[in-house]
Amino acid sequence: MLEDRAIATEPLIRVENLAKHFPVTRGVLIARTTGHVKAVDGISFTIGRQETLGLVGESGCGKTTTSRLLLRLEQPTAGRVLLDGQDVHALRGADLSRYHTRVQAVFQDPWSSLNPRLRVRETIAEALVVNRRVTRTGKLERVEEVLHQVGLPLSAAARYPHEFSGGQRQRIALASALAAKPELIVLDEPVSALDVSIRAQIMNLLKDLQARHQLSFLLVAHNLATVRYIAHRTAVMYLGRIVEHADTESLYRRPLHPYTKALFAAALPADPDAPRDDMILSGEVPSPIDPPSGCHFHPRCPFAMEQCSRVDPALKAMTPGHAVACHLY
Amino acid sequence: MGTDPAVVLEVRGLRAYLYTRWGVVRAVDGVSFALREGETLGLVGESGCGKTMTGLSIVRLLPEPAGRIVEGQVLLEGEDLVTKSEAEMRRVRGRRVSMILQDPQTSLNPVFTIGDQILEALRLHHPDGESSLAARAEEALRRVKVAAPEQRMRAYPHQMSGGMKQRVVGAIAVAGEPLVLIADEPTTALDVTIQLQYLALLKEIQARTRLAMLFITHDFGIVARMCDRVAVMYAGRIVETGPTRALFRAPRHPYTEALMASVPRMEGSVARLPSIEGQPPPLHDLPTGCRFADRCAYVDDRCRREYPPTMPVGPAHEAACWRIEPSPPSR
Repeated sequence: MLEDRAIATEPLIRVENLAKHFPVTRGVLIARTTGHVKAVDGISFTIGRQETLGLVGESGCGKTTTSRLLLRLEQPTAGRVLLDGQDVHALRGADLSRYHTRVQAVFQDPWSSLNPRLRVRETIAEALVVNRRVTRTGKLERVEEVLHQVGLPLSAAARYPHEFSGGQRQRIALASALAAKPELIVLDEPVSALDVSIRAQIMNLLKDLQARHQLSFLLVAHNLATVRYIAHRTAVMYLGRIVEHADTESLYRRPLHPYTKALFAAALPADPDAPRDDMILSGEVPSPIDPPSGCHFHPRCPFAMEQCSRVDPALKAMTPGHAVACHLY
Repeated sequence: MGTDPAVVLEVRGLRAYLYTRWGVVRAVDGVSFALREGETLGLVGESGCGKTMTGLSIVRLLPEPAGRIVEGQVLLEGEDLVTKSEAEMRRVRGRRVSMILQDPQTSLNPVFTIGDQILEALRLHHPDGESSLAARAEEALRRVKVAAPEQRMRAYPHQMSGGMKQRVVGAIAVAGEPLVLIADEPTTALDVTIQLQYLALLKEIQARTRLAMLFITHDFGIVARMCDRVAVMYAGRIVETGPTRALFRAPRHPYTEALMASVPRMEGSVARLPSIEGQPPPLHDLPTGCRFADRCAYVDDRCRREYPPTMPVGPAHEAACWRIEPSPPSR
């Protein structure tokens, strides 16, 4: 199922040395900048056509800021996001409105992401009205089409969000993302607010939609099993940086970075007889305002060496398609 | 085996309903289970299946005024908590049964220091000896592995991380050395590496105090790691109970089976995930027959007519499904 993806030469998305620093200020009338939260601190990756890139890490690692940068909800401090070779933050006019149809998003919480006062068809049509000039009948046809694609009955169009369960709302959110026929959908924790039995439905739907409409996904998630199921490639983030980046299967078979290993050890397998190779990390994720020197992970790393606190390790390719930023390798 | 540890908590035929303007929500609708000293029982199910309401019924903290226990008993060392007055319950909570909730943010009072809040709990349990309380509070923090407890005593909740706050909640919960701890999704709000730290801590406290734990969760990974036995809840009722290994190896209720199959795995093939189509029936409008019937792959007419009885399927393992042939309980 992973092998039938189209391999195009130029990836749909290319992210180059992207950084986002938020100033931390003190004082009310005369605000002084006392530091910067380095939410994203120089990351690079690509997303191919019909490919899913998973971005994993704990809260505060910068994965949501990364997705917001791709969505143009934030301006980068440094670096670029290229969509088909075009810098998305430099887009103006017609190119910009085209960008808004090509890139869509689905967020974690289907209770807050839908406008409670709009009927489902209005929510879906809004995406069309804003982005494209469509006729009234064309609009309704498209609404029915996308409802069908996400497995909702046509009768759903006239109802309000509160009449639906969490899983169905997430289908509605997907339908409105699909309406404008996007090429990339940013999925920020798309199933983590849903119940176990509903998650599988939505994950299967995502894979079906990707195959049928040649979609690319940026999947931001903390659940490793979810990422494994959907993502072709996975990047692990820690304090604003990518510490490991690989084909999903290769990463899950042989995680290299100590942080990735700890993350995998902490993902409890649903099996009482699974080996318990616990690697309980001490301490918590340090503040991104003043991240540790050298490798950001060194204060929690059981394998930390002398140079780890001084030298920031660069991403190094270990095998084709598997890169890690760690002095152990 | 020898003698089993004593049963400390027994819930019998518990029904707790919520009386709302949309009708009667049968959140807990005939739930029975027993909890032994030093044991962890997992109560698993999806949101809205009644697992939290079961926990809240035990400590008699159902939402007022809608929630009411309408039937059944909650026996704590043989004493029925359902018939106790609020004043009597106040002496039970914290001292004999404690509860940890999902979100540490809502469990702690934002305008009091951590020290004040632990002292308040301790004062309840040790009405005499005000002088030794501060030392006890620091000790309580040290036991839940909070670094620099003497400084943390003066900190406010907003100055601490989520994992640290949940440790403080844990410290308060076990300060009165309860017999039973109800942990309602205590790690859902925490990051995975912090979750693992917290689960290890709970196990450590349990090993030291022989605490009986009711662990409410929807995460089968946590169940596999933490629980000795599991009870699976669906639409207000327990549909299957059994030892953790037996339940994972040979689930007997179609719901348990389907639910386990739908969990994505960390190893093995990643072919299409089996999913359970549809959703649970609303608790204010439950069918007469089996509540899983509409989503069940094996459904027949009897399932829709009559709710199946709970039948033994193995040692300490039982399930409520018409497909189970009534047979003598195996050994």
